[in-house]
Amino acid sequence: MQTIVAYVENKPGVLNRVASLTRRLAINIDSLTVGPTENEAIARMTLCAHTDARGAHRLEASLEKLVDVLLAENITDRSMLERDLALIKVSADQQNRPHLMELIKVFRARVVDVAPESLIVEVSGTVDKIDGLLEVLRPFGVLEMARTGRIAMTRGNDLLRPPAAADAAPVKPAPSAK
Amino acid sequence: MKMTGAEILCETLTRLGVRHIFGYPGGAILPVYDALGKSKLHHILVRHEQGATHMADGYARATGGIGVAMATSGPGATNMVTGIATAMLDSSPVVCITGQVSSKVLGSDAFQEVDITGITMPITKYNVVVSRAEDIARTLREVFIIAQSGRPGPVLVDFTKDAQQASAEFDWDACAPKLPVKRIRNNHKQDEFDCAVELLNTAKRPVILAGRGIMLSGAMRKFEEFVRISNIPVAMTLLGIGCFPASDPMNLGMMGMHGEAWVNTAIQEADLLIAVGMRFDDRVTGDLRTYARNARKIHIEVDRAEINKNVQVDAALVGDAGETLSRLLPHIHERVHSPWLAHIKELKGDSAVRDIQSLPDSGHLYAAHVINDLWKVTKGEAIVVTDVGQHQMWEAQYYHHDRPRSLITSGGLGTMGFALPAAIGAKFARPDAEVWAVVGDGGFQMTSCELATIVQEKINIKIAIINNGYLGMVRQWQEFFYDKRYVATPLVAPDFVSLANAFGIRGERITSRAEVVSTIESARQTEQPVLLDFRVEQEDSVYPMVAAGAALHDMIRRPNSPLVESATEP
Repeated sequence: MQTIVAYVENKPGVLNRVASLTRRLAINIDSLTVGPTENEAIARMTLCAHTDARGAHRLEASLEKLVDVLLAENITDRSMLERDLALIKVSADQQNRPHLMELIKVFRARVVDVAPESLIVEVSGTVDKIDGLLEVLRPFGVLEMARTGRIAMTRGNDLLRPPAAADAAPVKPAPSAK
Repeated sequence: MKMTGAEILCETLTRLGVRHIFGYPGGAILPVYDALGKSKLHHILVRHEQGATHMADGYARATGGIGVAMATSGPGATNMVTGIATAMLDSSPVVCITGQVSSKVLGSDAFQEVDITGITMPITKYNVVVSRAEDIARTLREVFIIAQSGRPGPVLVDFTKDAQQASAEFDWDACAPKLPVKRIRNNHKQDEFDCAVELLNTAKRPVILAGRGIMLSGAMRKFEEFVRISNIPVAMTLLGIGCFPASDPMNLGMMGMHGEAWVNTAIQEADLLIAVGMRFDDRVTGDLRTYARNARKIHIEVDRAEINKNVQVDAALVGDAGETLSRLLPHIHERVHSPWLAHIKELKGDSAVRDIQSLPDSGHLYAAHVINDLWKVTKGEAIVVTDVGQHQMWEAQYYHHDRPRSLITSGGLGTMGFALPAAIGAKFARPDAEVWAVVGDGGFQMTSCELATIVQEKINIKIAIINNGYLGMVRQWQEFFYDKRYVATPLVAPDFVSLANAFGIRGERITSRAEVVSTIESARQTEQPVLLDFRVEQEDSVYPMVAAGAALHDMIRRPNSPLVESATEP
């Protein structure tokens, strides 16, 4: 699994270009998240794909060729955090509810909605952790689930910032006709 | 100053230095055509929008600048698709302008509405819909930069009809391009640079692989300097032809599927390959597992996505070819490479020096002779625009190009029908140059409607049809790999001479070798367009040939001797 972070122009059609590119390269996307950044003109994407390092290089370099993509970086081998968030609706009755609450506590998940015959559990963390919780909830009856897909960030001083105007790449004029 | 969107569009194009537009009008682009009539822009009416894109492409390739094509919405726009893909695969800066239905009805399946930006997304470098008159000037200025910067490519701008009709303030200074701020990558990794220098200075059997990137970078002089100092022989890709003189002793010729045997053998025996502005296309590498196994590889390439795509390299120098060569030059030692050059000369044998012209006239007319005669008569100074197929390969083998941009051909996409319109575009770009369209009887029939464009625009290009009555390259594959089952390759054609005459163009039919030179000479005497129908051997094949997917050294050689004369009798 390869994780690529990209800063893109926050405007219509950009997601389509990114998706179209992965289709053209025949790379299967496992998860793709898009959200705003502190700069409203720029959005941040985290793209997780089933491919090898070579495929990831092509994807990253091809992404950065798109005019609307400001920066794309493969952070798979860097020290980084990955987070996924899930809402899981699980059936719960009077009898098994305490047991269920116990498990949820162990996973440091939260109950965010309680209904007579079900609960909604909110859990965030690594994919493994969420999969783990899901595994133990399954016997109770998982009625519905929604997951955000992964977001990722490199740790510490390893900053991934959208390029500022001062860093603009100079445009080389075309060679004049000879 | 208040202007309509259509007027702004024409004024902006004029200010960007555009002089010619190849296009075809229609409802959704009519406001622009009305404004065109009042501008100084020269609009060339084509007969099919595919022709418009090929003409703009030929125009761009002949000058190194931008070519502009225009069409209306719907079918006008979709007819451009093949031309756009052709430009994309060969990194040609073509700007396509399409009309679109009014923004109020976008998405409603209005008459002649098609999502052309959606359709062309994977085959353009960038495309955009403009639905406000005030965005027209800035967008055009931006796409002109995008089309030409880095690795060039086609762009498409789709203007809604209401954007063309509405009025807006036109202020050149206020509509300066505002392209997204991209990160500058520090691509010059010092360790890879040092590795490249070390490899260059120590290699014993190096070969340079020269591609079109050298021309796109305008780096011909730097490249020549690089060859002189390093004394490394140069193999050309099809699209690289012209970036280094064919007559230079260091130029080995074309590599790949129909490259000469000594070129491919040298690549397979090399201990170092220096790829400059080329992308290791499957047509030049053959089977990747057996490709240049003993060679270390340096890749000088502007497009980072091309690095390690097909061939894993030891040193990747990402950047403009000219700039990268300039950085390398001070570190490179002068080398001699005598044993290696002597070995290549040996590989060549006498096949390279033997002149196919000195062979006795067997009464047969071979395409190679036609091409070679064309080269001799034009002194190698013409711009030759080829179509796709056997004649294209023979042209690459027997017309020796000493000048950049003198061979214009569809390499990456291999688009039949390219030659005639692209030659028209090249002639508009270089009115002073002698322009020859060399085209097969199959490809010619795909876009022959553009003969009318030649007549209407009164331009002087010469057309040489290499007519063998077959879709020759496909027939050759059927001969080699499908046991001579010629399915759907025998081809009925009209009488091309009569066809030319019907358009008001002089036409001549040539059936024997003795007539070739005199007919070419006579065609050159007139300032009028001339069509020459060369009836060549029907079942001649292009040699050598590396079968698709075979190893590069595994070539089907010319039968008996390396000469076309020895081809089997039909």
